[in-house]
Amino acid sequence: MVAKQKMTGLNGDEASAYATKQVDPDVVAAYPITPQTIIVERYSEYVADGLVGSEFVAVESEHSALSACVGASAAGARAFTATAANGLALMWEILFIAAGLRMPIVMAVANRSLGGPINIHNDHSDAMGARDAGWVQIFCENSQEVYDASVEAWRIAEHPDVQLPVMVNFDGFTISHTMENVYTLEDEDVKKFVGKRIYMKTEGPKGEVEFRLDPEKPISIGPLDLQDFYFEHKVQQMEAMKGTLKVIKKVDKEFEKITGRKLEYVYPYKMGDAEVAVVGLGSAMGTVREVVDELRAEGIKAGMIKMRLFRPFPVEELKKAIGNVPVLGVMEKAYSIGGPGAPLYEEIKTVLYDSPKRPLVADYINGLGGKDTSPELIRGIFKSLQKIKEKGAVVEPVTYVGVRE
Amino acid sequence: MSDITLKDMARKPDALVCGARLCAGCDETIVVRQVMKATRGPTIVTNATGCLEVSTSIFPYTSWEVPWIHCAFENVAAVASGIEATIKAMHKKKEGPLAKYPKVDVIAFAGDGGTYDIGFQALSGAIERGHDFTYVLLDNEAYMNTGIQRSGGTPFGASTTTSPAGKAIHGKTETKKPIDEIIIAHGTPYVATINTAWPLDVMKKARKAIEVDGPTFLHSLAPCSRGWRFPPEKTVEVGRLATQTCVFPLFECRQEKGRPVYELSAPSLAIAKKPESKKPIEAYLEQQGRFRHFFKPTRNEALLKELQESIDTRWQILCEKAGV
Repeated sequence: MVAKQKMTGLNGDEASAYATKQVDPDVVAAYPITPQTIIVERYSEYVADGLVGSEFVAVESEHSALSACVGASAAGARAFTATAANGLALMWEILFIAAGLRMPIVMAVANRSLGGPINIHNDHSDAMGARDAGWVQIFCENSQEVYDASVEAWRIAEHPDVQLPVMVNFDGFTISHTMENVYTLEDEDVKKFVGKRIYMKTEGPKGEVEFRLDPEKPISIGPLDLQDFYFEHKVQQMEAMKGTLKVIKKVDKEFEKITGRKLEYVYPYKMGDAEVAVVGLGSAMGTVREVVDELRAEGIKAGMIKMRLFRPFPVEELKKAIGNVPVLGVMEKAYSIGGPGAPLYEEIKTVLYDSPKRPLVADYINGLGGKDTSPELIRGIFKSLQKIKEKGAVVEPVTYVGVRE
Repeated sequence: MSDITLKDMARKPDALVCGARLCAGCDETIVVRQVMKATRGPTIVTNATGCLEVSTSIFPYTSWEVPWIHCAFENVAAVASGIEATIKAMHKKKEGPLAKYPKVDVIAFAGDGGTYDIGFQALSGAIERGHDFTYVLLDNEAYMNTGIQRSGGTPFGASTTTSPAGKAIHGKTETKKPIDEIIIAHGTPYVATINTAWPLDVMKKARKAIEVDGPTFLHSLAPCSRGWRFPPEKTVEVGRLATQTCVFPLFECRQEKGRPVYELSAPSLAIAKKPESKKPIEAYLEQQGRFRHFFKPTRNEALLKELQESIDTRWQILCEKAGV
């Protein structure tokens, strides 16, 4: 049965903070950085008003924010942090350690460009820099998705088959600072949904123990791991990430039961007979949907795929969504300087390589540093895709769209 | 304050058991065992990257009989913050696995690199936030784990692999960062220097540090046979000379009404009361290969004078602060 929900006006940061308040993790350690700051401000207010039991640790850097979360999570706490851009970059070392030590930390990232020169606006260069760190990465299109992901994240992270950290990504300013209607659950329903923290079981020196800092059954976490075991531990981690694909589906189903909202890994839209289509992440996909409708009204068989999940990469779901579309454009707010294309493009091409019938694929890098991804710009991308279709070949694999001449 | 006796401490099982891969003669195991003897109940240890960490935790073995975590090099104080915040939160919420213990103590171990240099920001932040934990600096005065590179804790004149004594430059040209003064300046409730040559003093101070609410700081001088170049059986002797020459005086500092109150510990107080018993720094330097160029090929009077004067000045300032 769908639980009682109320509609609240929340921007993305507030949606993240509100969901986290309802979860009431034991430790929130964070450092202010635009455009994430509203999260730490709101959360500090919840703490100041006694609405949560969390300890708020106002750390002196993002490096310490995530380090404190590792300490907290290892001690058995639910630990939350939030950051963006340079803050995420400063955490880089600990991103790998948190995942490698199997700490189910949840982190909100209000995606922002990673300068220099310095820029505070949205793109995905921060999150893409963290793509190999071992975190589950969810990308949100709007505040509702931020709220939903911020509740679900705990169940995914702490699942016994997963025990990995989860990063909830949403576009800086475009989502973080834009007020939208968000359906929120009651506190008790959120608490019931997330339940109590689950610990991974491991072999301690004296038999099976919970993987945490337990004074009664002590274990050593984060030891020196050499040639004889390190690789095996990494493979375990990779397998756990792969297993996440099953777990998220289960969690999505349970979430749907109480919210009525059906969450997917990828959202194909009008793909059935599409001749040209776009795939991408984040808030721009909302605008793409509008443009697809306009193009359809004009008789152009346009389609689109929004990806909610980036890590683990939903290979099968994506292949299915792409179907038989002959031309596919990858829209992404990221880059890999010197690389053959930007990250999403490279990965999608890799996924398609073994398909007997694969579309022509082109990469459209857009919106870096918050440059507007307008409906006109998206129309231009579709026009370019139509040209590829007519020609039957991709002339320019990677295009920077919306750049002034 | 609970009484600490050698007899009781000798009976207490070690938290760091034998079999670790630290070098023969390493002072770090001695410090850690003495400090851990002074724990009063459930204790969680966090360890910065360094000799102690790599040598006591090689998977699938561990030398630790207490819950222990290593995360990275520069963040041990931040990790401790997270552990301490967890204990607080679980007590407040009255739920979670640590809620049932009336008290869980948190101890962080880090070397001089992890404290004076790369871990300094995290340490300063954790102290400013007032977390209730004890930070133990294992000061062997260089990056020993990577092969004896100079750190902010390396003393003037010491030859290291990145401040080698050459024909033009005589070892490290800068003086040792006054870490205790910096930590005391934070308003840290309890700061003390410790030396394993005086085990009872170490354990008493460690217990005090653990019992005091808020962040506390124990600075141990950890003579390193490999890095300082002395025979491994001389560790305690070399350490003792550091205090007898006032290179490493032993003292405590607590805060009273917002003012630091210094107190010299017995071995240093005896020297302050009887200045003629203070040994010249040569007695300490001569034992160590890292100061060889002070004496060979010829005795470098200028270098000796410079170091002696700087040691004397610091000792004088400390005596003034301690009111002796």
